[in-house]
Amino acid sequence: MSSPESSAYKATEAAPHDAVRRTEWPLYEIFIRGQHGLSHRHVGSLHAPDAERAMQNARDVYTRRKEGVSIWVVEASKITASSPDDKGHMYDPADDKVYRHPTFFDIPEEVGTM
Amino acid sequence: MYAQMVKSTGEGVRSLDEMDPQERAFQERIDANGKIEPKDWMPDGYRKTLIRQIGQHAHSEIVGQLPEGNWITRAPTLERKAILLAKVQDEAGHGLYLYCAAETLGVTRDQMTRDLLSGKMKYSSIFNYPTITWADMGAVGWLVDGAAIMNQVPLQRTSYGPYARAMVRICKEESFHQRQGFDIMMKMAKGTPEQKRMAQDALNRFWYPSLMMFGPSDAESVHSAQSMAWKIKMNSNDELRQKFVDLTAPQADYLGLTIPDENLKWNEEKGGYDFSEPDWDEFFDVLKGNGPCSVERLEDRNRAWDEGRWVREAMLAHADKKRAAKLAAE
Repeated sequence: MSSPESSAYKATEAAPHDAVRRTEWPLYEIFIRGQHGLSHRHVGSLHAPDAERAMQNARDVYTRRKEGVSIWVVEASKITASSPDDKGHMYDPADDKVYRHPTFFDIPEEVGTM
Repeated sequence: MYAQMVKSTGEGVRSLDEMDPQERAFQERIDANGKIEPKDWMPDGYRKTLIRQIGQHAHSEIVGQLPEGNWITRAPTLERKAILLAKVQDEAGHGLYLYCAAETLGVTRDQMTRDLLSGKMKYSSIFNYPTITWADMGAVGWLVDGAAIMNQVPLQRTSYGPYARAMVRICKEESFHQRQGFDIMMKMAKGTPEQKRMAQDALNRFWYPSLMMFGPSDAESVHSAQSMAWKIKMNSNDELRQKFVDLTAPQADYLGLTIPDENLKWNEEKGGYDFSEPDWDEFFDVLKGNGPCSVERLEDRNRAWDEGRWVREAMLAHADKKRAAKLAAE
C-alpha cells in the first residue's frame, strides 16, 4: 500500500510532510425532496471528494428506502448560516406585525367562510 | 449500550442557582424540552461528553458490521444473503448519520477514526464476541438490535438536535434488523433438532453479553446523573435492562427456547421479571480490550483503513484533476 513517501499526489495524506496536506474529503450537506411534492429538506451530511461522488454517496446513505425523488448536494463550506446570537434582532420585527395573520381580523359570522 | 460507561464531567449536577446566566438559560431550555443546535452556546462538558457518546455509538455501528459481515458469504440462501447484506449496509449508514452528528460538535471524522483505530475511543463490548454459527445472525438481530432499540427509541428525544434527528432515522430502520433476526430464530427453532440446538446455543452465548450492553447499574453514578440532567441519557441502565428482559423473555418462550438463567422468574409484585446479573468482571475485562475478538476487530478496522488509503487519495486526486480541467475550459 502507499506509504507517506510513495504517493505521487500532492495535497493528500501521503504527500511529503512539507506540502499542504489534505487529509479529509470535504463535507457536503444533503437535501432530499420526498415523493409527495414537498420542498427539498435537509437530511444530513457526508464526505465526498467532489459533488458527483457526493451525489452517489447520498443515494446510498439517505435513500435506501425510497425516501426521495430528487437530491441536492451542497458543499458545507458554501453555506452561509444565520447565527443564534442574531435571534433577537433578526426576528424581532415580526413580533409587532400581528396583522399579518388572518386571525387578526374579526369577520362577522353572517359573512360566512372567508 | 452502544455507548457504554461514557464519562461526563464527574462533578455532579449543579443547581440552576449555581450556574452563570448563560448556562442557566441553556439548562432551562433543556428542562423545557427545547433542542440545542450546533451553533448554540453549550457548556464544554456537554460538548465533550456528547462527542464521546456519539462517537462511541458511531464506532459501534461500524465495528458492528464485522460479526455479521462474517456470514454474508455463507448465508444459507440467496434471499438470506441479500437481506443480511442490506442489514449490514444499514449499519454503515447508521455509523455515518452518527459521525455527521458528532462532527457538528467540532471534532473531525478523521480524528474520530484515528481514535477508534488507536483504541483510544471505545465501541460496544458486544461486538467483541464471535459469531460462529448462522444461528448467531438470528441471535444478534433479535437480542443485540433488540437491546439497542431499548436505548435508541428514548434517545430520539435527546436534547442535542443533530443527535436526536440521527436517532429518528436509525430507529426507523432498526425494527427491520430485529425482525430479520427473530425471523432467523423462528426458522431455526422450529426446524430440525440440530437447527434448534444451534438456536439454543446462540441464545446461550448471546444472552449475558446482551444484558451487559446496558452497562452496570448506574443508580449511583455522578456521570449518569449529569448526562440525564442534560438529557443526553434518558433512562438508567437498570431501567432499560429490565424493560429488555420483560419484552424478550416471552419471545424466547414463543420460540420454545430457554433463557440460560435459572433465576429468571416473573415477579408479580414488581410487574417484571427477576433475573441474574451478568458477570461484570467479564464486562470490564472486555472493555479493557480482552474480549474474545477484541484484537481481531481492531486489526480488521486498521487494515480496512490502511488498504483503503490509496482509494481515498486517488479519488481526491481525480477530483482535483477534473476541477482543474473544468477551470481551464472556462
